[in-house]
Amino acid sequence: MSIQAAEILAETTHVDEEHGGSVRVEAWRRLRRNPAAIAGALLVLLFLLVAAFAPLLAPYGPTDQVALDQIRPGSIPGPSSEHVLGVDNLGRDELSRLLYGARQSLIIGVGSTLIGFFFGCLLGLAAGGLGGWVDGLAMRLVDIMLSIPGLLFAIAVAALVGKTRLGLMIAIAVPAIPIFARLLRGSMLAHREADYVMAAKSVGVRQSRIVFSHIVPNSLSPVLVQGTLLLATAIIDAAALSFLGLGTDDPGVPEWGRMLADSQSYLAAAAHLAFLPCIAIVISALGFTLLGESLREALDPRFRR
Amino acid sequence: MARFVFRRLALLIPILFGLSLLLFLWVRALPGGPAIALLGERATPEAIERFNRLYGLDRSLWEQYASYMGRVVRLDLGASTRTNRPVLTEFWERFPATIELALAALLIAVAVGIPLGYFAARRFGTWLDNSSVVASLIGVTIPVFFLGFLLKYVFAVRLGWLPSQGRQDARLAVEHPTNFYVLDGIVTGNLNATWDAIAHLILPAIALASIPLAIIVRITRASVLDVLNEDYVRTAEAKGLTKRVISRRHVLRNAMLPVSTTIGLQTGLLLSGAILTETVFALPGIGTYLVRAIDGRDYSAIQGVILIIAVIYVIVNLLVDISYGIIDPRVRVR
Repeated sequence: MSIQAAEILAETTHVDEEHGGSVRVEAWRRLRRNPAAIAGALLVLLFLLVAAFAPLLAPYGPTDQVALDQIRPGSIPGPSSEHVLGVDNLGRDELSRLLYGARQSLIIGVGSTLIGFFFGCLLGLAAGGLGGWVDGLAMRLVDIMLSIPGLLFAIAVAALVGKTRLGLMIAIAVPAIPIFARLLRGSMLAHREADYVMAAKSVGVRQSRIVFSHIVPNSLSPVLVQGTLLLATAIIDAAALSFLGLGTDDPGVPEWGRMLADSQSYLAAAAHLAFLPCIAIVISALGFTLLGESLREALDPRFRR
Repeated sequence: MARFVFRRLALLIPILFGLSLLLFLWVRALPGGPAIALLGERATPEAIERFNRLYGLDRSLWEQYASYMGRVVRLDLGASTRTNRPVLTEFWERFPATIELALAALLIAVAVGIPLGYFAARRFGTWLDNSSVVASLIGVTIPVFFLGFLLKYVFAVRLGWLPSQGRQDARLAVEHPTNFYVLDGIVTGNLNATWDAIAHLILPAIALASIPLAIIVRITRASVLDVLNEDYVRTAEAKGLTKRVISRRHVLRNAMLPVSTTIGLQTGLLLSGAILTETVFALPGIGTYLVRAIDGRDYSAIQGVILIIAVIYVIVNLLVDISYGIIDPRVRVR
């Protein structure tokens, strides 16, 4: 029997195990029927569309001080026909800033998730794939990283990398690395003993091929779910870091967390300027949370009815 | 059991050594340094040199680390470069505030979350269930510090019902033998002081409780739903046991297993959230202390406090694992 044939056999054994129809197809079917998943997907879609078409949707530029002449100390004009959601303390159109803010949140969210995902998977892959002392070392590193509460870790990293957008992404990504690493490793260990791996091994498929073509693709589900959830946490954490003064240094950047943090100093004069970015944060984080949780349920065999 | 605990405690040693080394290198990699943070950007090179010599910062990294670890194993975390007081003393002055805050938040989360999750599951699909699911989703996505500001603005600034910041009214002349202000009032027989400390805790604790509350509601609900579908519950019903007995003896007891683990796992979230809540409510806790220590490049303070937090964090996780074995005989560790 050729190696290809053996691999096909290995794949079919795997499919058989899942009662006909692969895990992914089954998950997709259940995802489509789950109202929470659809709600989450719609919110995420809305967020993505806003981020993509912000320049077309926004009535003004995000940094244009179009209403500066209307700002008085202690009084900021509220919503009007010209500025649907009002203006901020520097006379910039709030709606435009919120729309452009979606871009910042998207870039920070996706950027930090990718960084965390990449390095976490690298570490998890090394641990789960090579085993032995590499595994031991990687897991001790993971233990050390997990021994510091998440936000504290992010603050520590943020202080080191500096107040730039990339710095913010790294600060959010690093605490997620051990989580990804542990998930991928655990999932790989569970799959290492599976029948389809045994089948592939018994017909002489190379170890590296078993790891990359069989174990890794089947072990990725929990990591992908975590990735979706991290997109939500990243948006919230970015806000928290901005609030602590560890966000980007550039006051012109329309970032929701920073807008929220800045608004605290004139909460009494214009409370809506605090609520609006907060609502934007909650909506987008909610979208990713709903999507991630539904994805987890869809991929979890225990929820199969 | 004893072997399991011992092995886990032994594992703590390499973690702490690794962490101390990484922390040590990290604080020294931070831009600036304690000398510049304290003496200002325009400090003369001589002044900086004198400062560094005073705190041993002019020696080689290796020498500094060796002498630092030599002191740490004797439980001496060094002195703060900002206040010149022992880090451990400052830690014990501030840590009770964080503990009080975290425990109060956990109390709210458990007291509200478990009943809410339980009744949501019992009334599956009703408005109570749906609204508790939605509320818990919003609870995990709303930024803690924003909720804090909102509560402070409405209940302290606008309505004036509760104090807006600090741990206690400064005009109350009270002694603090334990630094747990709620406890201090009871110990010294000054119940006014206790009430004042509790009043100061309410708003920050509610803000901090939002995330654990949301998680506990969700886990309780899911867990109760799981248990309700179990065969033994059907058996109990078939035997004709009353609803009360089934709920208490069969449903609640089994459903609480995953909930109890979740509660233990909130420690990290509570400590993270405490940093934000303490900042909003100007509470002199360990979170604000750390943020200021990082700003001031206070090497000993940063290293010491993070090390202690890591020890507490890891030990709490160990206790959670042990308690899980005690509560659930099926997963008793060998």
